Amino acid sequence: MPSNKSVSDAPIVQFTNCRILRDHQLQREDLWVREGKILNPEKLFFDEKGSADVQLDCKDSIIAPGFIDVQINGGFGVDFSLATDDFKSGIDLVSQKILSHGVTSFCPTLVTSPPSVYHQVLPQISVRNGGAHGAGVLGAHLEGPFISKEKKGAHPEHCLRTFEAGAFQDLLATYGSLDCVQIVTLAPEMRRSSEVIRELTKRGVCVSLGHSVANLSQAEEAVQHGATFITHLFNAMLPFHHRDPGIVGLLTSDKIPAGRRVFYGMISDGIHTNPAALRIAHRAHPKGLVLVTDAIAGMGLAPGRHTLGQQVVEIDGLNTYIAGTKTLSGSVATMDTCVRHFQEATGCSVETALEAASLHPAQLLGIEHKKGTLDYDSDADFLMLNDSLYVQATYIAGEEVWRQDVSGM
Amino acid sequence: MKLIILENYSQASEWAAKYIRNRIVQFGPGPGRFFTLGLPTGLPRDHPESYHSFMWNNFFKHIDISPENVHILDGNAPDLQAECDAFEEKIKAAGGIELFVGGIGPDGHIAFNEPGSSLVSRTRVKTLAMDTILANARFFDGDLSKVPTMALTVGVGTVMDAREVMILITGAHKAFALYKAIEDGVNHMWTVSAFQQHPNTVFVCDEDATLELKVKTVKYFKGLMMVHNKLVEPLYSMKEMGAERSQSKKPYSD
Repeated sequence: MPSNKSVSDAPIVQFTNCRILRDHQLQREDLWVREGKILNPEKLFFDEKGSADVQLDCKDSIIAPGFIDVQINGGFGVDFSLATDDFKSGIDLVSQKILSHGVTSFCPTLVTSPPSVYHQVLPQISVRNGGAHGAGVLGAHLEGPFISKEKKGAHPEHCLRTFEAGAFQDLLATYGSLDCVQIVTLAPEMRRSSEVIRELTKRGVCVSLGHSVANLSQAEEAVQHGATFITHLFNAMLPFHHRDPGIVGLLTSDKIPAGRRVFYGMISDGIHTNPAALRIAHRAHPKGLVLVTDAIAGMGLAPGRHTLGQQVVEIDGLNTYIAGTKTLSGSVATMDTCVRHFQEATGCSVETALEAASLHPAQLLGIEHKKGTLDYDSDADFLMLNDSLYVQATYIAGEEVWRQDVSGM
Repeated sequence: MKLIILENYSQASEWAAKYIRNRIVQFGPGPGRFFTLGLPTGLPRDHPESYHSFMWNNFFKHIDISPENVHILDGNAPDLQAECDAFEEKIKAAGGIELFVGGIGPDGHIAFNEPGSSLVSRTRVKTLAMDTILANARFFDGDLSKVPTMALTVGVGTVMDAREVMILITGAHKAFALYKAIEDGVNHMWTVSAFQQHPNTVFVCDEDATLELKVKTVKYFKGLMMVHNKLVEPLYSMKEMGAERSQSKKPYSD
């Protein structure tokens, strides 16, 4: 059919025989893509009198927006908290490998490190679009060092800091620069945290609460000053108590400013959180749940010893501990495994599970107008999955960047 | 007239769809030889429930029609009468409407030709009756002030020029209109009655829509169903017709 387009000559691809996730539902619709964005076929038909150049049969796959991982410390032997000479190629390697897990955008995460590490590493992280080379980098997630000693988890104690003296200036001096920083995790009970949170929020950095012994009022105050995320709910914070729910209480707090939503990361690898706890959180606040991997360098590699910043961790199956201890440190679960486990553990719908890994992180970072959905004019970053939620193919900007090898690799 | 009576909405829809399919296939459309399908028009373009959206979601996106071959009256055109006149010209240029498919309103109107519309009217701007505005309010959040009061519509005369007319009527609320359309006289208060003077009309309806007809009428046409069903069985396909081009089958007519 002749395609006579008045707006652009770029080829139009029509993905047919698929179910797409749109408006929170799987719908039997075709997906139209042009110039790396999702196209509105009705406007194409009536306004431009155009039609598809290429039609691809998706063999009844599910098409979902690409996954967005906002907490990933490394993988495949690469540790984002290690200032190596070939740091950039480390980012490249991870961004390329995670395509097969369905991740199309991510935030390389740095655990608590000495200032020298931040000063060396951060300038080497740049926000960039994804493509055949790998998933897009949205910006860094700095988890620490302004966190609580009591809840340091796997973070090295000697690198913990406070910003009592100079508040935001201390933070800036520690990190060196906030240019490509997307998220900062800190403990809100620390003195002068409100000023810091306000300043970070003003600069468009998402503030997350974690590795903290804050009570609910301290957490609520932090949210009022701009905090919008909770780092790996339940882990590295005070347990829920019925007279002081702590940070966990934010899920049902009535002190959240109008029009704002608190999001919370969950590592649903089956280890960090008991499925019952996962269900409690999900049922209490389903729209805030953001799936994260918190993956470490050992992800994708054989069991054994690997580094996590200044620490050594040991991997045994899906469990990752600080070497010689039973302290959990990160995970080796992949994003698609987390999505499947989440769906199984909560019994939620496929749509809900997929949105927890795509729409919700996009909403957290305020980028849902271009990522995290299959709405018209969004970036065409999407996945083809089978009914059991195994990724069959990954697309970024409308181009196929990974496909499941038919031989079953 | 052929009156086709099916048991329910789904069966009536299916029969009509098969009939239209057979008609298109037998016509043998090709480049320069258009099967012109006429359909009534509706709401303004901008509205999410607009006719364009309706037609896209329910028809165009499921078929391989070229966008250039789709002509919908534009309610936002600067000169509405000129838009209507141009529409009539386009119909002529395409060789006239081969088959017009429409429904009727409870007040017996075809397209937006409300009671009192001239039976020889052409495509024009039409003021909508209060009943129609009320019926359409559901598309505008129930706010009557938001419902358009005018619509562009093909005229009764325009539809009468079509070589064949098919009217779909289902539901008990349409029963009285059907009675007025086929058992009473030709009357501009029930504009669908104009088709009593069209040589080639098919009314497809369900049992509920026949509730106001004489038992005699219903029995007569039900008795003809064996013959009428030959119009939809066998179901033709474009590929087969290509092979049987030499033996052209003429559609049954009364």
